[in-house]
Amino acid sequence: MLKTENIQYKIGKKQILKDISAVFYPGRVTVILGPNGSGKSSFLKIACGETNDFTGIVFYDNRSSKNFQKSELAKTRAVMSQQTELNFPLLVSEVVMMGRYPHFAFNPGSRDIAICEEIMRRMDLQAFKDRNYLTLSGGEKQRVQFARVLAQIWEAPTTGNRYLFLDEPITSLDIHYQHQFLQTTKMLAAENIVVIAVLHDINLAMQYGDDIIFMKDGEIVKKGAPADVITADLIHDVFNIPVKIVEFDGAEKPVVVYHHAR
Amino acid sequence: MLRNNKFFFPALLVLLVIVLLCAIAFGAVPILPADMFSALLHFFKGLPPANIYEAVFLQLRLPRVLLCAITGAILAVSGVLMQGLFRNPIVEPGLVGTSSGAALGASVVFVLAGQFSPQLKSLAGPLLVPAMAFCGALLATYTVYTLAKNAKRVSIMSLLLIGIAINALCLSGTGFMSYIARDPQARSITFWNLGTFSGASWSQVFILALVALVIFIAVQRYSKELNALLLGEEEAAYLGVDINKMKRRVMLLNTGMVSIATAFAGVISFMGLIVPHVLRLLIGSDNKRLLPAAMITGAMLLTLADMCARLILAPAEVPIGIITSLVGAPVFIILLKKFNVLQQKGGYNA
Repeated sequence: MLKTENIQYKIGKKQILKDISAVFYPGRVTVILGPNGSGKSSFLKIACGETNDFTGIVFYDNRSSKNFQKSELAKTRAVMSQQTELNFPLLVSEVVMMGRYPHFAFNPGSRDIAICEEIMRRMDLQAFKDRNYLTLSGGEKQRVQFARVLAQIWEAPTTGNRYLFLDEPITSLDIHYQHQFLQTTKMLAAENIVVIAVLHDINLAMQYGDDIIFMKDGEIVKKGAPADVITADLIHDVFNIPVKIVEFDGAEKPVVVYHHAR
Repeated sequence: MLRNNKFFFPALLVLLVIVLLCAIAFGAVPILPADMFSALLHFFKGLPPANIYEAVFLQLRLPRVLLCAITGAILAVSGVLMQGLFRNPIVEPGLVGTSSGAALGASVVFVLAGQFSPQLKSLAGPLLVPAMAFCGALLATYTVYTLAKNAKRVSIMSLLLIGIAINALCLSGTGFMSYIARDPQARSITFWNLGTFSGASWSQVFILALVALVIFIAVQRYSKELNALLLGEEEAAYLGVDINKMKRRVMLLNTGMVSIATAFAGVISFMGLIVPHVLRLLIGSDNKRLLPAAMITGAMLLTLADMCARLILAPAEVPIGIITSLVGAPVFIILLKKFNVLQQKGGYNA
């Protein structure tokens, strides 16, 4: 379980986050939605322990994130960024192996190698294994990075939970891989991982999120189950765009349709 | 790519031995393998060299070739380290002030210490020169970073431009020191600015070999962290790397070995650029393999360059920096063109 209590965060004089308290449970995908500049990414940075420059407490299973060594945290939580810039020639398999770095000292063990193999198989990356990372397309690179992130927390630690943070991870993927990505995420969550994702697509959030947090101006506007949180009124309030929420036969979840006021 | 070829390292080592033997054999005075063998035999028996060839081999050629090989290894490894730290393939110790700062520090001691007292001068060689070279290198490199830092980030463009300015400043300082030096045989202006191994001695070989051995072992331990850093500072931190601590330590180790090498051999540009570039094409960027490969290849290439420097105008000598720049400058331009490095966002967060 990950719990944040009264998180406040400033950059200069600007209050980015005002008193954010939330709980994130293992086995569930929590999606954070909100307009640009609402503080989603800042919140994610604080929750994943990247910065300690905030007030309030982030609890990883009742232990404050500030009490973790960086190397210790790296064994239980992984972070997937929107974009990773890697400008040097490395094999795809070498990039994926980087995810195991927190788990071995100098040379990867047979377990590390087996884990990387399995992940590449599951992610359709076997054909890319010996390719130079620099020759891949943007979407392919993103899939390799996801494989690396998964390798980091593939095995459950002896104590405590695993945590996966996703910061707008699917922006550069096509529809097929967007869904594959989120399905994999969902599958992982089922293995008792705490998943926190920042997404932009409300429909994908509705489809894959177990819990939704709506943020605006550094505050949580509403949180709860998708059907309760995602309403036409709220979206209009937060994004200032009129929408309709439509249900139709054959679709598992309702769909948000955007229409411009005339 | 040869990255997984198990014959790559043995082949590299064999090549290195061949190059070293050639470099010892060829020169103003050619030395036959029989001379080398008998010279070593006499040396280990505690006898004086039997003829002029043995003496040239033991007192001139061998220390020179060894010093050159170790210096090449140091400069190439330094190129790999700095490119890793800056996440950019066009950084090397000659470009960011490390080498020229070291040369200035060394030349100040060499010229001024002798002016003040002869005792100081006798002490100056083995200890004070490397120490001051280290201070000069650290100061110059640090100045370049600090001045190139803009909003907590060092862009490659500003780094190179500030590097040019600081290099010019240091080179004018060393030029002045050489100009006022009393002992004309001591060191010519070209020595520190273009580099040469003509003054190699056994004491230099021992000092540099010791420094290189210790620092190579130390940096090899950072190869995993340096790999993670290729993904960016945030990603490396997510993988548990303490970025600031790692950067500080690698930078210090790097400055240490480059400055001592420069104190003995002067500024040799572009070695740190050519070697990693060629090796990245051959075996990729995994620092665990790149660092030892750079060590061997750097030693090999600089020894070759020194051999050329000795043979082109024999019996006269060309400063080795001329050879390395002749090859290195085009490689540098190709890198700039090919990778559009100036437009890349990859950089260094200070």
